[in-house]
Amino acid sequence: MIALRSAQAIAADFPILHKPTSRGKRLVYLDSAATSQKPQAVIDTLVAYYSEYNANIHRGVYEIAERATAAFEEARAKVARFINADSREVIWTRNATEAINLIGYSWGLQNIKPGDAILTTQLEHHSNLVPWQLLAEKTGATLRFIPADDRGVLQLDNLDALLRGAKLLAFTHVSNTLGTINPLERMVAAARAAGATVLIDGAQGVPHLPVDVKALDVDFYAFSGHKMLGPTGIGVLYGKRALLEAMPPFLAGGDMIRKVEYERTTFNELPWKFEAGTSNVADAIALGTAVDYLSELGMDWVRAHERELLGYALERLAPLEARGLALYGPRDPAICSGVLSFNFADVHAHDLASILDTEGICIRAGHHCTMPLMEKMGWPATARASFYVYNSKADIDALAEGIEKAAHVFKV
Amino acid sequence: MDDFYRDFILDHYRNPRNFGHLTDPDASAEDLNPLCGDQIRMEFDVDAGGVVRDVRFSGKGCAISQASASMLTETIKGMRLEEIAKLSKDVVLENVGIGISPTRLKCATLGLRVAKSAAIGEIAGWPDEE
Repeated sequence: MIALRSAQAIAADFPILHKPTSRGKRLVYLDSAATSQKPQAVIDTLVAYYSEYNANIHRGVYEIAERATAAFEEARAKVARFINADSREVIWTRNATEAINLIGYSWGLQNIKPGDAILTTQLEHHSNLVPWQLLAEKTGATLRFIPADDRGVLQLDNLDALLRGAKLLAFTHVSNTLGTINPLERMVAAARAAGATVLIDGAQGVPHLPVDVKALDVDFYAFSGHKMLGPTGIGVLYGKRALLEAMPPFLAGGDMIRKVEYERTTFNELPWKFEAGTSNVADAIALGTAVDYLSELGMDWVRAHERELLGYALERLAPLEARGLALYGPRDPAICSGVLSFNFADVHAHDLASILDTEGICIRAGHHCTMPLMEKMGWPATARASFYVYNSKADIDALAEGIEKAAHVFKV
Repeated sequence: MDDFYRDFILDHYRNPRNFGHLTDPDASAEDLNPLCGDQIRMEFDVDAGGVVRDVRFSGKGCAISQASASMLTETIKGMRLEEIAKLSKDVVLENVGIGISPTRLKCATLGLRVAKSAAIGEIAGWPDEE
C-alpha cells in the first residue's frame, strides 16, 4: 500500500527529482505551492494520449476519437469522485484563476447588483481579489474584507456583521503565502445564515487536504491541476448543479451548444455549457492520472505527511531565529498547510533564493501574488518554502543548511 | 551566484551612497520591478549646462538592485543628461562585476532604467532588452 511508502520511495516516482542541477547538486524542490512536480505516471499519460489516441472529443465516430472522449470524461468522473461531486458539476477550465473569473463574469454579472457587498479576506491571492474588484466596478457593488491578524489567521468576531448585505463570500481554503487553513465549516455556516453564495479558492486546498464539496456545502470551488501533480493548463470549477443551470454561458463557441441557428442558439447541458471550443484533452486526462496517484496515497496521508514536515521545519529552523530568522504565519501545523514564509536578517528574500539556488534548493521569493497582504504585514518580500508528497526531512535539513550558507555569504 | 555577493556589493547594500532625497530636484523618476517589487527613485540636481551636479536615490529591494543603484549614482554624478540617456547595461555590469544570473539582470538594471527615465523625462525601456 502506497500510504505506507516512505517519502523517498514516493520521490522515486518523480523523474525531475533525480536529475542533478547544473552545479551537480541534488534538486531540493520546495516550491510546490507555485507548481508541483509530476510523477512518471502523469508524464506517461500525456505521451500515451499524443502517441496512441490523439483525436478531438465529442465529435469523431472513429475508434481513437471514441477512446479520447471516453478518457476525457473518465478523468472528469475521477475528479468528481475525488471531491465528492457529480460529474455534471465539474467544469474544466485552464486553472483556478479562470474558474474564478468564470464565476465573476457569468454568475457575478447576473446576480450582483448596485449596493450589494462582496465579502473576501485580507489573505487572498490576486486571483481571488482582482476579479472581484472588476466585478464591483462593473456592478456598483462594494468590496469588504475579513481581517487577518499578524499570524495570518482570520479574525471572525465580526463575520456576521460583515456578511450583512453580502451576496457573495469568496475566500481561499488555504493561504498560499502563509499556509493558514481557514475554518471553512464555520465561515460557510455564517454565509448560509446570511444568505450569501460561497466561492472557495481551492488552489492550495484540494492538492493538500481531503475535500468533500458536498459535506462542506460550498456553492463554488475552484482549483488548478498543476499544483496537484497534474499538468499546467487544466483546472476545475466545481459548482452546485442548480446554480450552474441558472447561470448564462461564459465563453461561447463550439461544444457548448445544442442547436445553433443564424439568429439564436440553445446551449448544451452541464458541464459542456461552460466548455466552449476544443478542451485541453491531454491535460484533463493526465489530471485524472494525478488524481489516481493522490487517491492511492490517500489525502489523509498527504495531510499528515505535510503536517509532520511543517512541524519538523519549525523545529529545525528555530535555532536560526537567534541569528535573525523571522518565521511568519500561524506556526501551528494543526491549522497550517505545508507552507512556511520567512525572512533572514537583512538578506532580501531574492538574494536568499539566489544563494539557495546555488545549492539546488528551489524556494519562492517575493510577494507571492498577495501584494495587499504583504503591504499590511509590512514585508517588502518574503522567502517561502512549500512541501508536498515527495519532500522529506532531508529537504528541510538542506534548507536549514542553505540558510546557514546565506548567513556566511552575507556575513550575518 | 554566490560569487556575486562580494564585500563591496554588501557594503553598497548596507551603506548605500547618495541615499535619500534632494530638496528641489530638477529631474526625477521612479519605477518598480513588478516581478519582485523592488523599487527605486532617482533625483537629480541639474545645472544650466545639463550636467548632473547632485544625485540621490531611494528605494527598497534586494542587494543587487540597491547596490547597483548606489554604484550608479557615483558613476553618473557629473555626467550630462544626454550621456546618461545613452548608457547601456554595460555600465551596470562593469560596476557590479561578474556573476549575475540572467533572471536577476532586471534587478541590476532597475536603477539604470530609472536614471535614464529621469534623464529623458519619460519612462525608459529596460536596458537589458536594448
